[in-house]
Amino acid sequence: MSITYLEAIREAQAKALRDDPRVYIYGQDVADFGGAFKATKNLAKEFPGRVLDSPISEDAMVGSVVGAAIEGMRPIVEMQFSDFSSNAFNQIINQAAAFYWRTNIPCPITIRMPSGGNPGSGPFHSQALESVYAHFPGLIVMTPATVEDAYDLLLEAIAIDDPVIFCEHKFLYNRVKVEKLLEPNGQSAGKARIARPGRDLTIVTYSATVHDALLAAQELARSGIQVEVVDLRTVKPLDIETVLGSIANTGRLLCVGESWPWGGVNAEVIARVASKGFHLLDSPPQRLNSRDVPIPYHPDLWRASRPSVAMIIERVRKILQW
Amino acid sequence: MLNTLKEPQRDALQSGFQEQYVKAFKWMLLARTVEEKIASLWRAGKIAGGVYIGKGQEAVSVAIGTMLRHGDIFAPLIRDQAGRLAFGEPLLDILRTYLGAKTAPARGRDGNVHRGHPREGTYPMISHLGAMISVVAGGLLARRMKGITGTVGATSIGDGGTSTGAFHEGLNFAAVEKLPLILVVTNNQYAYSTPNSKQFACHDLVDKAVGYGIEGYSMDGTDLRQCLEVVGHAVDRARSGGGPQMVVATCLRLTGHAEHDDAAYMDEELFKQPLGRDCINATESFLLEQNWASETALTTWRQEAKGAVEAATQQVQREPACSPADEDWMPLATRRLADFDL
Repeated sequence: MSITYLEAIREAQAKALRDDPRVYIYGQDVADFGGAFKATKNLAKEFPGRVLDSPISEDAMVGSVVGAAIEGMRPIVEMQFSDFSSNAFNQIINQAAAFYWRTNIPCPITIRMPSGGNPGSGPFHSQALESVYAHFPGLIVMTPATVEDAYDLLLEAIAIDDPVIFCEHKFLYNRVKVEKLLEPNGQSAGKARIARPGRDLTIVTYSATVHDALLAAQELARSGIQVEVVDLRTVKPLDIETVLGSIANTGRLLCVGESWPWGGVNAEVIARVASKGFHLLDSPPQRLNSRDVPIPYHPDLWRASRPSVAMIIERVRKILQW
Repeated sequence: MLNTLKEPQRDALQSGFQEQYVKAFKWMLLARTVEEKIASLWRAGKIAGGVYIGKGQEAVSVAIGTMLRHGDIFAPLIRDQAGRLAFGEPLLDILRTYLGAKTAPARGRDGNVHRGHPREGTYPMISHLGAMISVVAGGLLARRMKGITGTVGATSIGDGGTSTGAFHEGLNFAAVEKLPLILVVTNNQYAYSTPNSKQFACHDLVDKAVGYGIEGYSMDGTDLRQCLEVVGHAVDRARSGGGPQMVVATCLRLTGHAEHDDAAYMDEELFKQPLGRDCINATESFLLEQNWASETALTTWRQEAKGAVEAATQQVQREPACSPADEDWMPLATRRLADFDL
């Protein structure tokens, strides 16, 4: 018996619904149908009246949960795909994110965003938008890479008194598994973890590309290169101390992420490392993002458009030649 | 056929109505007086940013604040000073906000019309039009989930705001969930400088109610009696399970979009039409006609409003201003998760 990343997301929601009467789920097709990805499967049956179908109205979905939060609820919104959150952009960044600052009243909402690419998904069902949302003050942005983090961080997101953008990677839904879930520790947000120790170079990454980085590290180890992989877990807040601690040991940095290159998480990590840890670096910090194009449909084009294990290996070797 | 109100629900002859009408008029007068004061302070250079007043729309707005009860939700829009006061907003709030006092509800973090007391039911508007509809509806949905019954929520919008996607999504959502929402659309003929002809193509904005499957009413926004009757009926319908209610008021914006706008683009002919009459004047005439007030009483009420505004202004001018030194620059309720590193 094993549990997948997707099942962990469902389990976290079930636990939150069980433990806290203020929690409810709102989104398109989430009730009896169980969600486009089945992340809310059977929850409507288990928790009658607390898993509600919405019209196809992303703006109203997010606006409505802000109102519900004012009235003391702790709603979870499911965007069917992160890409559609652009239709809710105004409510997310102007209503939800600014609410506490303007009113001194918390806005505890969790917006689940099925994120990132899958072969064949194309430009409108593949986006990784963590860099966009991290730009706005008042939001917390989570990017779990593992089953444990999907579970822990989602429970933490629901418990947090601020709007949380929860970027769950679709590629990981059924591809990563654990034997069983442990008790959540409630303290994962804002803390990066060392996913693999190493002494030669630090890869800072998050979400699905953690797994690409780990595969690259495994491959590089065969030729004696020891890569340390840092999983950010939440991109905002950004645990730059753990990153700097790692670079203090390795002296070299490659940032890997699936969002686009201009600005963004990788750029932010590099900017902070350059300003706080310039003296720790033995070579220029580098980044690997998706290409600066809308996400292609064809599986071969898609694979070539985002950071791959081979690209990571090539970059690491190049940095080590510096 | 639209559910246009045929029979007045509140008979003008009822003594309770007279009391309500007079009370509403006093709020209108106070709103007009304080907004004129704010406008004059703006002209004197004492106010940062824009000043937006509700001149000509006080009757519509006050009807909302009057017909809602304590415990209901109200998300006022840009020209709702009268409704805010009637719903219970302290007179000090507008002065503290515009004058930048530290005691202002948003503590200088937001200004002018963007103030509220969410926990007391007044939700603060954002500038993006239509966005408050779903927020109020969501608040009502939450109350229903919590088993709270008997409360309603109201919000305002203008003719321009009906063109937004958020208006559609919010109203459709409220309709689907049959929430006790009252949406008051004030067609004041202009959205900033844009006339109705470039804003919508339906015959009348109230026609939209049919498309959403909700009840819709039209009213003369310059006539306080009608405003109280129609909004009162809509609030009663929402409260007794009739689902969302849309009220469309017709009037004229008797000012620019903001104080910096001389409104030279407005069609002067509109001011000569019935919709162009000043609701304060119309209300005063009605009070005199009905013998509900004498000229002397009207003069006294005007002086009382002026006195209240002057006293509040003086109090606020003595209060400390917002200062960067007092600011914690904290956008999160969860302090441990602030990205301090920035």
